[in-house]
Amino acid sequence: MITYAYYPGCSLHSTGSEYDKSFRLVAKKIGIDLEEVPDWVCCGTSPAHSSSHLLSVALPIKNLSLVESAMRQEVAVPCAACYSRFKFALYEIDHDKKLAEDVKEIIGSSFQNKVKVLHPLEIIAQIPAQTLKEQVKEKIPELKVVCYYGCLLTRPPKVMQFGVHSELNAPNSKGDDVEYPITMDKILENVGFEMLDWSYKTDCCGATFALTETDAVLTLTEKILKNAREVGATAIAVACPLCHANLDTRQEDINAKYNTDYNIPIFYFTQLMGLAFGFNQKELGINKHLTPAMAGSSE
Amino acid sequence: MSTQSAVVPNAKFLKQMDDTIKVNVNLCFQCRKCSAGCPMSYAMDYTPAQLIHAIRLGLKDLVLNSKTMWLCSSCQTCTTRCPQEVDIAKVMDTVKIIAVSEGVKPAISSVHSFNKAALRNIKWFGRMYELGLIGDLKMRTFEFFKDMGLGVKMFLKGKLKIIPSISPGRTLTTWKIFSRVNKKERI
Repeated sequence: MITYAYYPGCSLHSTGSEYDKSFRLVAKKIGIDLEEVPDWVCCGTSPAHSSSHLLSVALPIKNLSLVESAMRQEVAVPCAACYSRFKFALYEIDHDKKLAEDVKEIIGSSFQNKVKVLHPLEIIAQIPAQTLKEQVKEKIPELKVVCYYGCLLTRPPKVMQFGVHSELNAPNSKGDDVEYPITMDKILENVGFEMLDWSYKTDCCGATFALTETDAVLTLTEKILKNAREVGATAIAVACPLCHANLDTRQEDINAKYNTDYNIPIFYFTQLMGLAFGFNQKELGINKHLTPAMAGSSE
Repeated sequence: MSTQSAVVPNAKFLKQMDDTIKVNVNLCFQCRKCSAGCPMSYAMDYTPAQLIHAIRLGLKDLVLNSKTMWLCSSCQTCTTRCPQEVDIAKVMDTVKIIAVSEGVKPAISSVHSFNKAALRNIKWFGRMYELGLIGDLKMRTFEFFKDMGLGVKMFLKGKLKIIPSISPGRTLTTWKIFSRVNKKERI
């Protein structure tokens, strides 16, 4: 077992609870132990960086100092927005000594800057393909999958360095491609899914505008669903609770606005891994989706 | 004939940008890659490249009253693709912050209301409490019935908690961080 500190973030405790559930189940199967950071707080997300630069750095660093207090050096951060804010905060204090001093004063605890922030995709990509394959049950749901990475996992590369620690990429590589990442595709391919290529891997879904500029979300999300359907996908895999919310919950609104009939199930990549490992839909929280998943996948 | 120039340069504004975030917008040579890649530019009144140019010209009123920064989804495409390494997404954040601090009414008020409601939520609960946030947002925007059906469906699927997860320790943590930030930024 390899142990990581675990920062689920607010969404994984509410709207994205099935991501939390499925990640924990899958992690256990492949020898990853997750230890939730005690008394973690919100990373501040978009409202913080749109309102105060100092606050947007202080909240993530506070959480990373809690990881250090728990004597951990690596933290798993499944929400792409939290992951982005953590990476940005580290980048900012590395490049601005004055800011680093201010932040130390504000969080009121020491921070040695010794924590590595990892997305579950990066962690799972370090597991040998053989280990993943050994867990796979015989019957894999017949889905044609496209992987949607969204904005924040890879952009901007100088800050995110997504996939730098992943062994699926060439040694000493600069990480996964910023416009055309493949980490998630390779993992799902390794557990037996049929993967399709498409053009909307890293386009924006409107993320933060879910509750405010909803019309923009419908416009952007429709383009993503359209391309997925055009290439023949029957499922979209995601690695971010905001991407999931926008793609899964807005299909009815999109159909009403554009006179379309989208009904494409959106899975967290951990749910698809879970299905391949033989967990049922309920265990993986697939019943919580608003766009129903295909029937017959090992219920 | 008026002797006044159509453009009244405001070098102070440019400097304000430079001082707060150390981004030099003068590096921009108007290639417009930022605007071509921007998923939200279709809804903006000025494209990101135009807004950057307006900042360089010192057109402070135009910039602070624009919709552009409020419609930025922070997707980081512009920052990633800029050949001059101008951190455009950060400029968008900074323009929002300056506009609010100078009392300019946000051109897209729902986004600003959302930010305020979310921050208050984080300060009080330490973590985001979605139902509380939605309630607070509705009180600020008066859109009581927007997404009501969706909210009910999500609630029935167990995606929204009725009771926030409260811990005095966490609240104390965020309360302290917010007030220290507030104090420091007012100096």
